[in-house]
Formats: sequence, C-alpha cells, structure tokens
Amino acid sequence: MSTESIALPRPREASRPLVDSLHDWVTTVDHKRLGVLYILFALFFLVVGGIEATIMRIQLIRPQNDFVSPQVFNRMFTMHGTTMIFFVAMPVMFGFANYLVPLMIGARDMAFPRLNAFSFWLSALGGILLYFSLVGANGLYGAGNAPDVGWFAYAPLTSQTFSRGHSTDFWTLAVLVSGFGSIGTAINILTTILCMRCPGMKLGKMPLFAWLNLVMAALVLIAIGPLTAAQIMLSLDRYLGAHFFDTQAGGSAVIWMHFFWIFGHPEVYILVIPAFAFVSEIIPVFSRKAMFGYPIMVAATVAIGFLSTAVWAHHMFTVGLSSNANTFFVLSTMAIGVPTGIKIFNWLATMWGGKIHFQTPMLFCIAFLFQFLIAGLTGIMLSAAPFDWQLGNSYFVVAHFHYVIVGGILFALFGAFYYWFPKMTGKMYSEPLGKLHFWFFVLGFHLTFDFMHIPGLLGMPRRIYTYELGRGWDTWNLIVTIGVFFQALSILIFIGNLLWHCFRGEAAGSDPWDAWTLEWTTSSPPPAYNFAATPTVRSRRPLWDLKHPDDPDWKYE
Amino acid sequence: MNATPIMMSDRQLEWELPSRGHVAMFALIAAEAAIFAIFIVAYLFYLGKSLTGPLPKDVLAVPIFYTICLLSSSVTIHLAGHALGQGKIGGFRTWWFATIVLGALFLYGTAQEWHRLIYHEGLTISTNLFGTTYYSLVGLHGFHVIVGLICLSAVMAFTLFGDIEQQHTYRIDVLSLYWHFVDVVWIVVFTVVYIIGR
Repeated sequence: MSTESIALPRPREASRPLVDSLHDWVTTVDHKRLGVLYILFALFFLVVGGIEATIMRIQLIRPQNDFVSPQVFNRMFTMHGTTMIFFVAMPVMFGFANYLVPLMIGARDMAFPRLNAFSFWLSALGGILLYFSLVGANGLYGAGNAPDVGWFAYAPLTSQTFSRGHSTDFWTLAVLVSGFGSIGTAINILTTILCMRCPGMKLGKMPLFAWLNLVMAALVLIAIGPLTAAQIMLSLDRYLGAHFFDTQAGGSAVIWMHFFWIFGHPEVYILVIPAFAFVSEIIPVFSRKAMFGYPIMVAATVAIGFLSTAVWAHHMFTVGLSSNANTFFVLSTMAIGVPTGIKIFNWLATMWGGKIHFQTPMLFCIAFLFQFLIAGLTGIMLSAAPFDWQLGNSYFVVAHFHYVIVGGILFALFGAFYYWFPKMTGKMYSEPLGKLHFWFFVLGFHLTFDFMHIPGLLGMPRRIYTYELGRGWDTWNLIVTIGVFFQALSILIFIGNLLWHCFRGEAAGSDPWDAWTLEWTTSSPPPAYNFAATPTVRSRRPLWDLKHPDDPDWKYE
Repeated sequence: MNATPIMMSDRQLEWELPSRGHVAMFALIAAEAAIFAIFIVAYLFYLGKSLTGPLPKDVLAVPIFYTICLLSSSVTIHLAGHALGQGKIGGFRTWWFATIVLGALFLYGTAQEWHRLIYHEGLTISTNLFGTTYYSLVGLHGFHVIVGLICLSAVMAFTLFGDIEQQHTYRIDVLSLYWHFVDVVWIVVFTVVYIIGR
C-alpha cells in the first residue's frame, strides 16, 4: 500500500513527561487532535447524561416510587436533555467532522485552525458552566442546584419569579456560550469544504460525508442565531428587567416557544444529517458497491435542509395555533418525509445486489435503517395536528424522538466509531465484543423505546416524577427501565472494547476496510501533516481508481 | 500499487477555489443576520403592545444626520480599500480614518439619543415593551458598530506604524465586508424602528 512511503520514524512519545504531552493536547490547533478532544468530551457527557436518564428510569420503575424527590427529577430531565443535545450530540458530530473532513477532501488542516481550537474550548466552557450550577447556582455557598426548567425552558417558568437563584442563568449561559462555539465550528467546516479541497475534487466529486456536513454547517449558521437571540432576551429579562417573555407587562410566553423551536427543529437535522453522512460512507464500503444515486442524495439533503427551517411549529400544535398555521406546519412536516424517504431507498438500493459484509459498523447501519424508518413513521403520525393534540407531551412523543436520536443518530454514531476507530488510533477493536455491544444495545433499545410508546398511548404524560397504581402503566414502565440496564451494560462493553484496544489492539494498517475515500490513503493514525503530497482526484472514489487502474470510476462519472 | 499516494501526473489541473476569508465572513454574516432577524421580529411583534408609555411616536426623533454618517462610512471604507489596491497608502490612511470618524459620530448620536430617552423621557429597558425591544435591537446593532470600530482602529494603528501595504488589500476587503454588513443592518433597523414603528 501507499503508506510505506510516508510512514516516517515517529519520535518516541513514551519518553516524554506526561505534563508535556497534556500541554500539547491543551494547546493543540491540529484538526485531528481537536476532533478527538471533541469526541472524548462528548463521550464523557454521554456517560453523565446516561446516568441522569438511568436515575429517572429507576424512579419510574414502579408506581409511587420515592428514589428521588420531584425537585431532583425535574433537574434530571432538564440536565439530561440539555447535556445530550448540546454537550454530547453536537460536539461528537463536530468532532467527527473536524477529524474527517480535511482528510476526506485531501487538505492539510481545517481552514482556520486557531478558530477551531477556540470553538472547542468555548463548547467545553459551556459544558463546565452547566455543571458548575450544581455548586454555584445559589451563589457561592457551595450548595447549588441544577437547572430545572426543562431543556426547552418555557416561559414563564424561567422568569425571576418562578426560578429563583441562578440555576436558569447557568443554563442560559451554557447554551449561549456553546452556541458561539458551534457557530465558529460551522464557519470553519463550511469554509474548509468550500475552500480547501484538493485539486480535482469538484463539489460533485466530494465524498457524501463532506456534502452532508456542508449542509449541516449551513443549518448551524441559520439555526443557532435564533437560539442565541432568545438566550440574550432571556438574560435581559432576568437581569435588566426587560419584558420579552413577561406576560404581566404584555410580553408573550408563546414567542419564546417560537424562537426556541425555530432553532430546535433545524437542530434535529443538524444532528441527523451527520448521522446520514456516516451511513452514506459505511453502507457502500460494506456492500462493496458505489453509493446509489449520489446526486439525488445531495439534492435530498439540501431539500431537507431547506424544509427543516419551515416546520418548527409542529412542536406547538397543543398551544392552539390558528387553523391556517396548523395546516401549513402539518403539510411542511409531512413533506420532509419525502426527501428522507428518498435517502432510505438510496441506501437500500446501495445494499441491493451488493456483497454485504456483516461487520460491526455495518450492523449498526442496518439497524439504523430499520429504526430510523420507524422513527420517521411515528413522526408522520405526530405531524397530523389532531393526532398530536391527543398525544402531545405524552410518553409517545418521548418514545418518538428517542427513536430518532438513539435508534437513528446514536446507532449511526456507533457505526462511525467502529468504522473510523482503526484510522484514529491505528489499532483494531475486537469484532466479537463489537457484535456483543450491538446485540445488547439492540435488545436494550427496543425494550426501552418500543414499549415506551404504549404508556404514551395510554395517556402517561412526560416529565411526571411518579404515577398511581392501576393506570395500566406499571408493567410497561418496568419493561422500559429493564431495557435501560441492557443499554448501560452495552455502553460499558463499547467503552471497554475501544479503550482496551486503543492501547492493546493489533495494528490496523492504513486501510483495513478496503475503502475508497482519501482518509484511507494515509497512515493510521494520520501524521500531523495528513498527506505527504497533496492528492489529486478524478472521481468520487479516488482509492478505487488507485486500486483498479484498469477500471477507474472517472470513466463513468 | 504505486508509491506516491494519489497524484495525477499526466495533466496539470486548473484548480481555483473561493477565498477563505470571504467565504468565512459571509458565513459569519449569515449567522449574525439570523440573530438580528429574531430581534427585528420581536420588535415588530411587540409594536403597539406596550401597556404604558412612553410610545415610539412620542419620544423618537429620526436620526437623519447620524444615519447619513454611518451609511457614508460604507463609501469611505470602499474608497480606502480601492486606494490600497492601487498602492496609495496615503489615500488609504485618509479614507480609513474618515471611516472611523464617521462610525464614531454615529455612536455618539446613539449615545445622545439614549441619554435623552433615559434622563428626559424616562424610558429604560424595563419601562415597557417598547423600551425592551428598542434598547435591545438598537443596542445589539450598536454593539456591532463598537466591535467594527475596534477592528478598524487596530488596522489604523498598523497603518500608522507603516505595517499596511498593498499586499494586505485582501484582508482589508474581508474586514470591509463586515463593516458593510453593519451598515446594511442599520438600514433595516432604521426602517423598522424609525419608519414602520413610529
């Protein structure tokens, strides 16, 4: 393979003092190291957010349980939601984009390495601020409390009257600061993709991963602004006595909902489009076929990007919008199913007739296809306003969006972890342990989130800290909580597998999957300069061209 | 397999990419525009919803002179960039300084207006919805003018030390984009606050 030519002798890392190498990590501006920092940061908060979810599920395991108090329960669901969205899902997606985009487009680094480091540390500061509320939210008495207003923090709960102390301020600041970090990273990703491509890589020759992350970055630019604006308004309300969301002075609580969801719904696509990107890279490689319908995939992604900015009020059907608004948002929400459906068919058509290798990354992607489809179908159900009036704010909604985020996004993410782990560490993970993780997680996921739909249909509202006996909810809640333990166990297997093999794994080589994109041409892990010589590409699968000079792709594209 | 990674030796590709600075500045402008859009929506939504006075029609005067100052600073910054592109450092210095003066004049105008509103009309951010939306929208714009002025002054300092040369035209161009954006936002804010909202 081509790597021998660029595998320069590395300086012996082990002989350096630990402080030195830590200092290198803290001051780094290298896109690969920042990518890894993003991912580790997100993994840490994944465990924290997971513990919060487990505490909630233990509380709900039987009727009238008193594992935690109602106050603690409120804090748990607020912290769980905020942590998982802002400090797990977004950073992990940014981490993969950071690591992979420059490698895939044949660039030396991101467009603005120092902005990159700045954005990461802003996000990290946001996460620290959120959890500092546990200490500092009542002032510096060392006895704080976490925010308890829910992850979408509806007014007037967030006003000074109802939210004393500083817990809500920590929430606002954490979200605001991490939002600035997200905007910085989005500018960086967008600029990198548009301005740093290696010779020959026209927009139509980019890997789908780069295309989808381009759309994601554009969505971040549009969507984070409204969130930032809303948080500034909330801070003005709380500190300077402004009246944006103060109904006593003529302000409106509903306009907070609008501002929040104008951010909130594109946010779902900010998270799911990178998941699509993982799947679009993994499925072709493990089906041994080129991606089916590349231009349509790009078009569908751009269409999803546009549509996602016009669907936000489907989170607000139960508020009582006008019938015109209801009709518009029902139709726009249903319309988004069309490009999403196109994607599902494209992935299926890629697998169709392929020589499918059922290794761990592919298993996760196949499960993604099934589960994301079901998540989309319950989404179509909820998009019908009358149906939503029945089930809005019930456990059916909770089950629906966890199907999207866990069954869709997290499964694709696990696939990405296994697929790019050999590239990032240079080591191979254990395939049997990976499969064990997969099956335990499938079991736990379905136990939890399949059965969570049913108490929702039976009328169980979300965010209640306990319930009475005899509502018919208890067995379902028991099953749901049992599933959580399978998920927790499988996460332990996952972390153990990757950690152990990070240090003790067998060398993976530069191209363990016989893949086709540029990151597999350089050594594993890639050197600081990525490519010894700037690559030149002529097709969407440059490595295929290299491996098959007799039958290169560029003859057909 | 050949030893060099993917290289195309047979023909040299014509390869040109958009400039990083411009793309990044346009991306930043898009993100900023989204923030402004929400504040403008809030302003329009709360028009006429204040429960108590003072109301816009009673206290707001149209700041025509200061608006002309800010808008003409877009012209002067363009002339500055043009002069630099032709290597005329003296012309660049003059026009750049004029831009800073015009921007500072605009800020002075805002400060005067706020002083009048606060001390003579008794309108603060917590008085009513008009105060809330007015100070936050105009203040957000003013904050961007301040950030712009800091950047412009930094360039001015470099100019005085003789560190700005013709080769920096591209960077000056990118910074001018931001300043033009601040001016365009003022056109929108002006229309919303002083024409529609009055």
